[in-house]
Amino acid sequence: MFVVAVFALFIAMVLVLGRLYAGPTLYDRVLAVNSFGTHTVLFIGVIGFLTGRPDFLDIALLYALINFVGTIAILKYFRYRAIGDAHQRPTDREIGH
Amino acid sequence: MSALETVINLLSWFFIVSGSVFVVIGAVGTLRFPDFWSRLHAASITDSAGMILLVIGMCLQAGLTLVTVKLLIIGVFLFITGPTSTHAVANAALVTGLRPPEGEGLTGAEPEPLEADGDDNA
Repeated sequence: MFVVAVFALFIAMVLVLGRLYAGPTLYDRVLAVNSFGTHTVLFIGVIGFLTGRPDFLDIALLYALINFVGTIAILKYFRYRAIGDAHQRPTDREIGH
Repeated sequence: MSALETVINLLSWFFIVSGSVFVVIGAVGTLRFPDFWSRLHAASITDSAGMILLVIGMCLQAGLTLVTVKLLIIGVFLFITGPTSTHAVANAALVTGLRPPEGEGLTGAEPEPLEADGDDNA
């Protein structure tokens, strides 16, 4: 049964990569990357069960964390053109005036 | 005892196969839907339905071990962060001027001006 899930996840990952390549706007691509990360988490977990080594779930958990933080960081970068102190800069400038 | 294992196996089959179906449906929708907002809707199917069903199926296969605890941690984390990042993508697209098409007769065949708007800011 895990073979079914592996094949389904593989097909889904290829389709989402197609959207990542063809996406007309930036947000289509960010959405595709995020969805691809979720697919990867599930894929790593299912591969672990398929090969009889469920310890892969640690890697899957780490991948889920990195995927979420990465998506938020990419969105914040494209919104404010800065990752760190996006809200701080204008107020500093105002105070300087 | 063996009957119980058979029932658990059947339930696990059901959950994993239906989760796989939902994952493929979400990916096909992500690739084929005509406009960004409907693609968003299709992609969040994978995040919610497919992920939950696959994790439940794997939990049933693992039994009462540490693996189930890890799976539940992954499931709860993805359950919280999947909709959060979908909302973040939608909010960022809305703030930068991408609008869902409105009005009569919109089949999504020609979303060109909206996507050109989004490309301006991208």
